Amino acid sequence: MIDWGAIFSNAAVEVLSPTTAAYALAALGLAVHFGYTGLLNFGQAGFMALGAYGYAISVLTFGFPVWAAVLVAVGASVVFALILGIPTLRLRADYLAIVTIAAAEILRLLFTTNTFRDVTGSANGLSEYKAGFRALNPFSFSGKAGFGPWMFSANDWWNIVVAWTIVALACVLVWVLMRSPWGRVLKGIREDEDAVRSLGKNVYSYKMQSLILGGVFGTFAGMIFILPRAVVPSNYATSLTFFTWAILLLGGAATVLGPVLGSIVFWVALSFFSGFVARAVEAGWLPISEVQSGQLRFILVGVAIMLMVVFRPQGMLGNKKEMSFVK
Amino acid sequence: MSSDAIPTKKPVKSVGLHVGDAVPGCKKTDPILIADGVKRTFGGLTAVDVAHVEVPRGAITALIGPNGAGKTTFFNLLTGFDKPDHGTWSFDGKSLAHVPAFKVARLGLIRTFQLTKALGLLTVMDNMKLGATGQRGENLFRAMLPFLWRKQDDEIEAKALELLGRFKLDAKKDDYAASLSGGQRKLLEMARALMSDPTLVMLDEPMAGVNPALTQSLLDHILDLKTQGMSVLFVEHDMHMVRHIADWVIVMAEGKVVAEGDPYTVMQDQAVIDAYLGQHHDQDLGATDTGHVEALKELIDDEQ
Ligand SMILES: Nc1ncnc2c1ncn2[C@@H]1O[C@H](COP(=O)(O)OP(=O)(O)OP(=O)(O)O)[C@@H](O)[C@H]1O
Ligand SMILES: [Mg+2]
Repeated sequence: MIDWGAIFSNAAVEVLSPTTAAYALAALGLAVHFGYTGLLNFGQAGFMALGAYGYAISVLTFGFPVWAAVLVAVGASVVFALILGIPTLRLRADYLAIVTIAAAEILRLLFTTNTFRDVTGSANGLSEYKAGFRALNPFSFSGKAGFGPWMFSANDWWNIVVAWTIVALACVLVWVLMRSPWGRVLKGIREDEDAVRSLGKNVYSYKMQSLILGGVFGTFAGMIFILPRAVVPSNYATSLTFFTWAILLLGGAATVLGPVLGSIVFWVALSFFSGFVARAVEAGWLPISEVQSGQLRFILVGVAIMLMVVFRPQGMLGNKKEMSFVK
Repeated sequence: MSSDAIPTKKPVKSVGLHVGDAVPGCKKTDPILIADGVKRTFGGLTAVDVAHVEVPRGAITALIGPNGAGKTTFFNLLTGFDKPDHGTWSFDGKSLAHVPAFKVARLGLIRTFQLTKALGLLTVMDNMKLGATGQRGENLFRAMLPFLWRKQDDEIEAKALELLGRFKLDAKKDDYAASLSGGQRKLLEMARALMSDPTLVMLDEPMAGVNPALTQSLLDHILDLKTQGMSVLFVEHDMHMVRHIADWVIVMAEGKVVAEGDPYTVMQDQAVIDAYLGQHHDQDLGATDTGHVEALKELIDDEQ
């Protein structure tokens, strides 16, 4: 018989998980890029990798404290954004898409190659960088605490609190910015950059600022992403970028809370489907192997997202009115 | 006053704009824009090849010419939206060659587009506010602190509201620009251009698609710009309008300036008649040419 209680409680855990927060923040970065500025960044995984590796390498190789490691990671992604943006932001939007997807792959391969094994750990990646962060943990209870399905250790709670605090601050920042004249210029660029240029705005500079801001969000997402796990290069493949895009479109591209809601729904649904499929295979309901069942959940989520995009193209929180004017 | 649909008085034409004979490229007493040897080719086609032209300050100048004469391309070159093969041009004494479009706009030379560029998913009000220059809140770091820019933003909104009122768009201020009709978008684009208090406004076919009742008030708006001390350069195919409001007319054909003068004399110029009919000399002046024949008829009408 299927244990529905376990399926639901595993799914509920995803609501608070730092991984959900990381994807939400990465998708919020894409919202700044695409939803508000119209930039096509298909290399968000690269920004996340820079966050993960920038932090871990700073701690492990250089012995930096937490704050300095964070600064290194952010600095690296600003440089990355400049390298991507300087040659492409004067060109049509598609060029940025091509360059970002390639650059993110180059980064991943650089982190995987054996040449830098001592620093990057090559394919095995990095671990043992968490002591400094855990030393800051104000929670000191032993065992697990919490309520309902949300029973976590002190370290897990610390991860959750930091992760969601950063997401909340980022949401407030985007909310304030998109109501400011600065945000108005970005939205104007999304609609027609020549018109904005004709009104005396330095479009190139605004696009660069947007690329950097959304990229830095991706970098923080990368740092949050490695709180509950190790740094492994294969995590930063293009599929990571496409999941964040899926989350963005699910939640609503030009919204502040859409990425957050999108990420929660995405991870809860994924956990629910995988729990259900795994147990259904066990119970002999589905004529497939366990390995196949691991893939089936992505197929189910994919179908769900396709249905979403067809029947609610503006996303869960998007404005229906906007869609009626999209060409 | 200016928003009255019926003009209360005949426009006051500026005279004495040029020095010497009114020939193509003639000197102006007080030019605001001077172009020299500006050439732009697309492959084998020479779209613009202007040897010398001056646009007078404080006057309304019409740039006319048949379809494909190079008027829009010339606009693009002057405002930094396109780069010429060679040539120099200056605005208000400052050379504009290699100056990017956004800086040209900040110098006070604002243009509109033949194919309207309303920012569809911004409200009409946001479209207007985007037109204001020197906004403190357009800096990323100051944008985070609304108390630094809120007051200025309110002033900009008040100014936008006043302009929208003049252009009869105030009732639409909270709608998406995408929901406006084609003519309303033309009005919005012109109103938006005025938000920055430009010194020279370049309008590419501002009346195209605007209904006759609005045309009249649009003409009044353009005349108003002159009263407020701005210079206007506009492209227009409707000869009635050109005659009605233009102080000076520059005629382009096949990329070159072929005639200049005040609207009454320029329209009798043989070069102008050739420009409009010349490309079809060996054809029947049949149905395809009605537009140009119409234009010529208007010219001749006006003499009587
Ligand atoms: N981007 C381009 N590529 C190739 N040819 C172009 C381009 N832009 C304009 N042309 C050509 O340059 C010539 C001038 O075009 P332009 O748009 O300046 O004419 P126009 O005077 O504005 O005409 P209209 O009155 O129809 O708007 C035309 O022959 C056109 O085909
Ligand atoms: Mg044109």
